[in-house]
Amino acid sequence: MTPFVAIESHAAFMPERNIDTDAIYPARYLLLMERDGLGRYLFHDRRFTAQGQPAPGFILDQPPFSQAKILIAGAGFGCGSSREQAVWALTDFGIRCVIAPDFGEIFAGNALKNGLLTLALPEEIVMRLGAAAEQGALFSVDLETRLLSVAGDKVASIDLPDGQRTALLNGWDETDVILREKGDAIAAFEALHREQQPWLFREPSA
Amino acid sequence: MGRTLYDKLWSSHVICDYDDGSSLLYVDGHLLHEVSTPQSFVALEQKNRTPHRADSSLAVPDHAVPTVDRHLPIADPMARAQTQRLVENVARHKIPFIPLHDRRQGIVHVIGPEQGFTLPGMTLACGDSHTSTHGAFGALAFGIGASECGIVMATQAIRQQRARTMRVNIVGQPHPFITAKDIALALIARIGANGAAGHAVEYAGPAISAMSMAERMTLCNMSIEAGARVGLVAPDETTFTYVEGRPMAPKGAMFDRAVTYWRTLPSDPDAVFDSEITLDAGEVEPFVTWGTSPEDALPIGARAPDPETESVLARRQRQIRALAYMGLHPGMPLESIGIDVVFIGSCTNSRLEDLRAAASVVAGRHVAEGVKAIVVPGSGLVREQAEQEGIAAVFREAGFEWREPGCSMCVGMNGDTLAPGQRSASTSNRNFEGRQGVGGRTHLMSPVMAAAAAVTGRLTDVRKLMGSNA
Repeated sequence: MTPFVAIESHAAFMPERNIDTDAIYPARYLLLMERDGLGRYLFHDRRFTAQGQPAPGFILDQPPFSQAKILIAGAGFGCGSSREQAVWALTDFGIRCVIAPDFGEIFAGNALKNGLLTLALPEEIVMRLGAAAEQGALFSVDLETRLLSVAGDKVASIDLPDGQRTALLNGWDETDVILREKGDAIAAFEALHREQQPWLFREPSA
Repeated sequence: MGRTLYDKLWSSHVICDYDDGSSLLYVDGHLLHEVSTPQSFVALEQKNRTPHRADSSLAVPDHAVPTVDRHLPIADPMARAQTQRLVENVARHKIPFIPLHDRRQGIVHVIGPEQGFTLPGMTLACGDSHTSTHGAFGALAFGIGASECGIVMATQAIRQQRARTMRVNIVGQPHPFITAKDIALALIARIGANGAAGHAVEYAGPAISAMSMAERMTLCNMSIEAGARVGLVAPDETTFTYVEGRPMAPKGAMFDRAVTYWRTLPSDPDAVFDSEITLDAGEVEPFVTWGTSPEDALPIGARAPDPETESVLARRQRQIRALAYMGLHPGMPLESIGIDVVFIGSCTNSRLEDLRAAASVVAGRHVAEGVKAIVVPGSGLVREQAEQEGIAAVFREAGFEWREPGCSMCVGMNGDTLAPGQRSASTSNRNFEGRQGVGGRTHLMSPVMAAAAAVTGRLTDVRKLMGSNA
């Protein structure tokens, strides 16, 4: 995954609450088996009319927001389906950070695996940031200094668990890390677990 | 201090704790389907990895598969390729598999319990948000993304932050024709689509104890629509009776030993939850959704909201957008809304009990003129049983289409979709914009309410149709 260190960009504001992953990435495109190049399907049914023409006024198609690396949204962003394509479409489009009061939990987990920072801030602050974004303010998100700044002024500290921050900063493959650091612990747990709940270990032929 | 069911499930699966408060959990079971795993297998194989324990998995195609003409190759080349990819992936990695033409095939959240794959006390992951369904057995079950599917296959583990706990006490007993679906919609309407975010929800109380496993699964299934990744019901005699004798469940002395352990799982009497909610099942009415979020749910006797009377700006804007999308007028009675399509199915409501209940409403009646009504059983075994009981005949005689099992019109990936502007009465779980097809309009409800809508051609209080006191 692409490491996340710092970005500076305009921010697109979508104040709506509960923007679900079906809206972010419509189900019919889940038949594609790729994970790259999905940005063209991002918010597809809002960005395009039924005739396939660009829908007028969609925020992510309007300069300077068409180049935004930051999205600011209402509460519950990414709720609904677990489809990781929602994250892949956002990152392929160029979004590296989403700021919202809270997130669909599975979406937030998926984001972390793909270098997309989800930043949960109180609703009042999010709405204020949204207003600044609409005015065209430049945002900067720095994971090393843990600071979110707007137009050069520090507005919030980026508070996330160390494990998540390290993962984002390094862009490590989580499977590698787990196997390297915890392979023995997994084996030890498994041996004990098999004794305690043997019915969970079916024969491979079952 | 006593421990909750969630605490017990969590701590019995912790491999290790990290400094930042997260933990590495052992994953006992992994359910796979064709749509969320192609990229997971690519990730696995790019690093020349193999599944840590292939025997911990069970795979089945359900999302993209057709519900008609199963004797023919899948018509959509993309769906055909994706279904074939799963066949190849599971064969290469020796993952237990139920193929499309097996009589056990069905929706992953229906067949897991049906086969005895789902057991109390286990951790279970699947690349599908409705994995919360399996919590009905007192299993710690949650949806994951495609990357996590790859991690679980390779490591048998997943790193997670512990959730806060919420207990939803369902007191009282529901009146006739009030189902677990109505209780779920009433709860989501009350707490909101993200009202249980960050929480593991445990449903408890006399109404839950009285519920069948099918009803408990409906309730836990809908937990994710309240924002909770995990929904739980403590295992009890109803659970053990359901599990006993299932093909993949433990047998004989091993079953007895398992039950002894499972009896220790319910929350201790002095366990403390981070939050508690009480809902009186006796006061729940038949619920339907009017808007584009499951929280947009109201009793059938209500009227569509009027944004003019909504004081919070963000809510007003959402209502205006939702009403416009749904093609509804502010303040119109919900019972005046005509429908074009009825869908009875999905991992929420496609089990035998759901079909029996819907059939009891349909029996001796006929689908209204101009309405297309389909029943999609949750699994081949449900379908078989329904045919043996005569339920399939009831639906067919009433003018319903009786389909093959799969996710079908709940997610609209297999060709079963609404046309733009079409309106459905649906027993599925999501009424998001475009969920059942671009421009499609979804009203969520219980199987008996969907059956009533099929008969009258509009949203209908099933109690009135059936001559029961409303």
